[in-house]
Amino acid sequence: MLSDILKSEIESHIHEPEHRESACTEALRIVQRDRGWIDDESLKDIAEFLGMTTHELDGVATFFNLIHRRPVGRHVIRVCSSVSCWVLGYDALREALLAKLDVLLGQTTADGRFTVLPNQCLGTCDRAPAMMIGADLYQDIDPTRLDEILDRYA
Amino acid sequence: MPTIYIDGKPHAIDGGQNLLEACIELGLNVPYFCWHPALGSVGACRQCAVKQYKDESDSQGRIVMSCMTPATDGIRITVDDGDSKDFRASVIEWMMTNHPHDCPVCDEGGECHLQDMTLMTGHNYRNFRFDKKTYNNQNLGPLINHEMNRCIQCYRCVRYYKDYAGGGDLDAFAAHHHVYFGRSQDGTLESEFSGNLVEVCPTGVFTDKTLKRHFTRRWDYTTAPSVCVHCALGCNITPGERYGKLRRIRNRYNRAVNGYFLCDRGRYGYEFVNSGKRPKAPLRLQRDGTGEAFHVPVTRDEAMNEIGALLKNGAKTIGIGSPRASLEANFALRVLVGAENFYLGLSKIEYSLLSTILEIVIGGPARQPGLGALKDHDAVFVLGEDLTNVAPLAALSVRQTILNQPRAESRKMGIPDWNDLAVRRVIDVNKGPLFIAAPFGGKLDDAATQTFFGTPSQLAELGFAVAHAIDPACPAADGISADTAAFAKRVADALRAAEKPLVISGPSCGSESVVRAAANVAWALCRTEKPASLYYTAHECNTTGLGLMSGGHIEGAAEAIRNGDADTLIILENDLYRRADAALVDEMLSTAKDVVVVDHLYHPTAQKASFVLPAASFAEGDGTIVNNIGRAQRMMQVYKPEGEITESWRWLRRVRTATGVGQSTDLLYFDSFIHALVDEIPAFSRILEAAPSAAFRVGGQKIPRQTHRFSGRTAMKANVAVSETAIASDPDSAFSFSMEGFQMLTPAAVMSSFWVPGWNSAQAITRFQEEVNGPLEGGDPGIRLIEPMSGSTTPYFSATSNQPSKAGQLVAIPRYHIFGSEELSSISPAIAELTPALYVMMHPDDAQDSRLQDGDIVEVQIGGAVITAPLRINNDMARACVVVPIGFTNTQHVPLPAPATVRRGGAQ
Amino acid sequence: MRNMSEKPLTERIRPNEAPASLKDYERAGGYASVRKCLSSMQPADVTQLVKDGTLRGRGGAGFPTGIKWSIVPQGADAPRPKYLVVNADEMEPGTFKDRVLLEGDPHQLIEGIILASFAIQADIAYIFLRGEYIVAQERIEKAIHEAYEAGFLGKDIIGSGYCLELHLHMSIGRYICGEETALLNALEGKRATPRAKPPFPQASGLWGKPTIVNNVETLSTLPHIVNRGVEWFKGLSRTPNGGTKLFGVSGKVKRPGLWELPLGTTVGEIMDLAGGMRDGLSLRGIIPGGASTDFLGPEHLDLQMDFDTVGKAGSRMGTGTMIVLDDKTCPVGMVHNLTQFFAHESCGWCTPCRDGLPWLQNVLWAIETGRGREDDMKMLHRHTKLLGPGMTFCALAPGAMAPLGSALTRFKDDFDQHIRAKRCPWR
Repeated sequence: MLSDILKSEIESHIHEPEHRESACTEALRIVQRDRGWIDDESLKDIAEFLGMTTHELDGVATFFNLIHRRPVGRHVIRVCSSVSCWVLGYDALREALLAKLDVLLGQTTADGRFTVLPNQCLGTCDRAPAMMIGADLYQDIDPTRLDEILDRYA
Repeated sequence: MPTIYIDGKPHAIDGGQNLLEACIELGLNVPYFCWHPALGSVGACRQCAVKQYKDESDSQGRIVMSCMTPATDGIRITVDDGDSKDFRASVIEWMMTNHPHDCPVCDEGGECHLQDMTLMTGHNYRNFRFDKKTYNNQNLGPLINHEMNRCIQCYRCVRYYKDYAGGGDLDAFAAHHHVYFGRSQDGTLESEFSGNLVEVCPTGVFTDKTLKRHFTRRWDYTTAPSVCVHCALGCNITPGERYGKLRRIRNRYNRAVNGYFLCDRGRYGYEFVNSGKRPKAPLRLQRDGTGEAFHVPVTRDEAMNEIGALLKNGAKTIGIGSPRASLEANFALRVLVGAENFYLGLSKIEYSLLSTILEIVIGGPARQPGLGALKDHDAVFVLGEDLTNVAPLAALSVRQTILNQPRAESRKMGIPDWNDLAVRRVIDVNKGPLFIAAPFGGKLDDAATQTFFGTPSQLAELGFAVAHAIDPACPAADGISADTAAFAKRVADALRAAEKPLVISGPSCGSESVVRAAANVAWALCRTEKPASLYYTAHECNTTGLGLMSGGHIEGAAEAIRNGDADTLIILENDLYRRADAALVDEMLSTAKDVVVVDHLYHPTAQKASFVLPAASFAEGDGTIVNNIGRAQRMMQVYKPEGEITESWRWLRRVRTATGVGQSTDLLYFDSFIHALVDEIPAFSRILEAAPSAAFRVGGQKIPRQTHRFSGRTAMKANVAVSETAIASDPDSAFSFSMEGFQMLTPAAVMSSFWVPGWNSAQAITRFQEEVNGPLEGGDPGIRLIEPMSGSTTPYFSATSNQPSKAGQLVAIPRYHIFGSEELSSISPAIAELTPALYVMMHPDDAQDSRLQDGDIVEVQIGGAVITAPLRINNDMARACVVVPIGFTNTQHVPLPAPATVRRGGAQ
Repeated sequence: MRNMSEKPLTERIRPNEAPASLKDYERAGGYASVRKCLSSMQPADVTQLVKDGTLRGRGGAGFPTGIKWSIVPQGADAPRPKYLVVNADEMEPGTFKDRVLLEGDPHQLIEGIILASFAIQADIAYIFLRGEYIVAQERIEKAIHEAYEAGFLGKDIIGSGYCLELHLHMSIGRYICGEETALLNALEGKRATPRAKPPFPQASGLWGKPTIVNNVETLSTLPHIVNRGVEWFKGLSRTPNGGTKLFGVSGKVKRPGLWELPLGTTVGEIMDLAGGMRDGLSLRGIIPGGASTDFLGPEHLDLQMDFDTVGKAGSRMGTGTMIVLDDKTCPVGMVHNLTQFFAHESCGWCTPCRDGLPWLQNVLWAIETGRGREDDMKMLHRHTKLLGPGMTFCALAPGAMAPLGSALTRFKDDFDQHIRAKRCPWR
């Protein structure tokens, strides 16, 4: 079930009454922000609310990068893997992060704290390497000083 | 007529096409995947690449996709240049990087469009050395098998399923080379037209799951052109047989009828033919010591002698025919018992509805369009029919009509009709007018402009109101409600404003008033300068054909038996318990001295018969059937049945001989039957044009039922006898039971297998059409028997008002189910699996009035009959009625509509 | 006269500070162009102005903006509603210029949106914003709210009779959304596969209605053209196309960054602003305009960065943000990384891109890790020919072939060495 608050936020993105389904990407983003990921129930709730089939909505959800259809940790780390960050040390940053958290790319730490994912160009190439944790952007990252960053997240 | 230049040569073409369509019509081998004649072009697969040149001096050219390029006057392209060929081969190579190369175990092999295109482009060497991606498959239900590794991501499946067929549970998932086609979760595909995926999909991703249980390669089938017998639309099919078993049904293109598609009932209902419960020998009823009755098999001679004897000895014999038996079978019965003793095998209600409809379409000014022409109409009013369940392909066609008016917008912008996604984008949510008035909602409703729910009486009142709104000279019912008047006006305005309005109705409500109201609407349009089409559904494959013969109804037959005017019954392909009150049938069967049943099913009526003669099914004998609008089409025998099974008309002919009437050589062959039929009943004179006679030859050769690659002929019966058996002969048609004969293009009515070198898949059909989406070369099979009366002056029917039920009383209304209501297909395991459990349905307000809830077990009392079933609540239906599914196996037949009461059932 | 030091796009931006409120923005001259335009200009005047100013799109394609607008049907019979869509889905690797404008001066963008919408008589405008640009999202939401409050958006804008609704829409992540027709599909709540053209968005765009999609930087330029005029605008540039451009440098230079400079500033001048290569490194290659442009090299330092000149040198100015390859970074690895990006971001609609790019990615991985074979080079070359414009459905795959094709020529020896030695010399 979608809460009234979520429903009204999704509703605020419906600008074409004949096209409720056009708000589906916003709906996915909003519900994911609230629940962490889009499980089958959320998919069904959103689809019903917008007048789509779950299949069509799932087809949209799985097309895009930022929607999770599997559970993720409390904090999602998105490491920029694109060319400028690669030149400036993405490989080393990635290896350090994965070693520190003892996961592979795409996995969640055993304590449910972090999921580590690669991301496409974060648009801050002059301050590479970069990553995001949740909504926070980190630039000019020194792989040897990851603890300072990670410790901010419970 | 534009001229285009291909590889230096000029070609005159029709206008409006894209280059790929032009090349196809010219017979050129340009490979393609994502273009489909019914779905248009999207330009995704890149397989159809050709080179376009600016002018004569341009020697470089650039690669374009022929399916997305308009074939404009003067355009210059090359198909056979090195760059285009290289690119086209690369497209295959890319598709092959992840393909499992499992042709030997893939059901599609041998009729696979991917195989054909691979050969056509010449790609034959694997340079890709890395790992292939693989997918998990889904269980999509009993009809469709899913094998995603074979997918080439042409997107045809979702375009067909979603855009064309309106389905909601098949989609594309993920992106880049992980694109996946399936459902969000495993589950049976919900669309009644899902089966067409097996022909739309160019690879083995979606294949016929029922075929897997008895798989056969395409080239190994024995086929013949036939017609679906599971409803009255008469879709053309190609059944395939091997080793004496019917293996599958494929679509057979007929532009006037089904086009490229079948419904799932027609595609998957065939397995009743293979049922182990079919009688294979004549059966005689005997009683044992305790008086218990049982059937024992007897020889043909025994059966004929005994039946002949009992018919000769002063028996007063009447015959009951069948709307699911061929014209020839019904006629044979009529010849046997005499025209005055022939009953049509319809109930009184069915009979009167059919008579009314035939009077309307023969005597009135409105013409019935063919099924293939339905989609060309631009405003549709459906009165009293749930098309998806009663005439499924008609629903699919009507769904396409809603694009017609909005398409004016995309045309105004210069977007060609074949540019499918661009057209649909411009059309957006706009719909052409489609109004559906029915007792309950159906799966076509999402396409409708507006729906109206009412009891049959309310629907008739609405229909008369629409007609009156179109032509004030048309009678109107008194005292209609404001809602009815508003809806009627909306419909009338839309029909009047349209260029090609269409009115659809039928007998499914069981109401003659509804049928008449629909006629008034169509006639009102015709009489106000707007030629309207009028389309009536029917329920069985030869209902209309039977209606063109004269004869009584079942209640009349029962009356004759009851008062002693008749004492012997011969029943042709008809389970009377499905049509009439059980008590009536019991009485009839027990009063009659003897009952002879000719059928391929061992149904409740057959179980009480003195004799059962095993009849051939549609695939095992020839026959002519007439579809709902009067198109006569020939079903050709696909294979010789086993045991003593033979055609009904042949059994009846033998019985006639056994009674001593006529010679044993009378009417020996099928053609002689047709001629006798035509001589006797002039309404059928044109059925001779439905197919060539048995004497038809091409260059002295018959037409083979088997492809030139048919294998195993000499080894097939080696377990029985090691020496080669003689090839069965077929005196009844121009077909042979062999590979030998004339293999190339023949008249469409005798074509079952469409193949040209290099085109082994369903795509080959484009080589046999006059033009893309046009009729087959030489004309589509079948012939119309019914045309409207020119200069018709049939007066309007008088209007009827709604007769509301008494307080506390409901009207019980029948509901047909595509899976479950039709006798033959219900026996097929896959169809049985999809048939819902029995239920009854009420509007929530009515349920509340009766203090009932969703899921309660209720008893519906209709006359003396009681139906016990769980209750379903449904907002999308009329008030003051209870809906009852009709025709489910093992349920009692109750003539509907009828007054009913509902109460909570005893045991919960 | 050359206004070399003028930085109209970025002069109000204060790094690490919130952008000006609407009041402060107005006080500094903001929204004056809207007042001028709505009170004294016709829509066609605005289009003509932009045409005369020779403004070209700054999203990467460089199409003349005024001409693009002029195809939109106008007049009482035009289909409605009409849409203006802002492509703020910056995701081209190496590109980070729109972020600066979005975070730093959202009112400038809104002002430009109003002008462009007025020119085409759009009824509704959308900003399609990169989902990861959280800071920009917050600031734009605030700015839109302020603009509505102040009467610059909504009904009867500052009493002019013109109405415009502006909505912010967050992207949920696909590079292909940077392709305008794919973006429209995403806005419609669908899978973001591109659309075939024709019909063009001006005829059939969002929901089949007339639509213009413009880049953030392009729109941000508009207020200044209206305020200061065509001559001034053309005077900002060293080339026939007017205006300044945001140029950036990333990679192993001393001071990676972003600068607003005259169009036609040379590669070398920009590299100087970036401090040149880090100590101990020398320049081997430059991808001048984001990942989908061809490599230039040390021989191109005098090349003017503008739409046409870079084209003549065999590349594209694209987004104007340069990615630098130093002599201690493996070119094969760089091209592998780029190809991996494009393969991952393929939408999956057309065969060559969907199935060809992963193949290339595999081959480049093989070469980079010492598993390359002699005929791999032939396969790579072949693909650069086969994944060309018109052969694929959109420009993603041809874009991917730009760095690959140019690298196969420029860094041929590196590729050969990897294959011969069966290892990467940089590892």
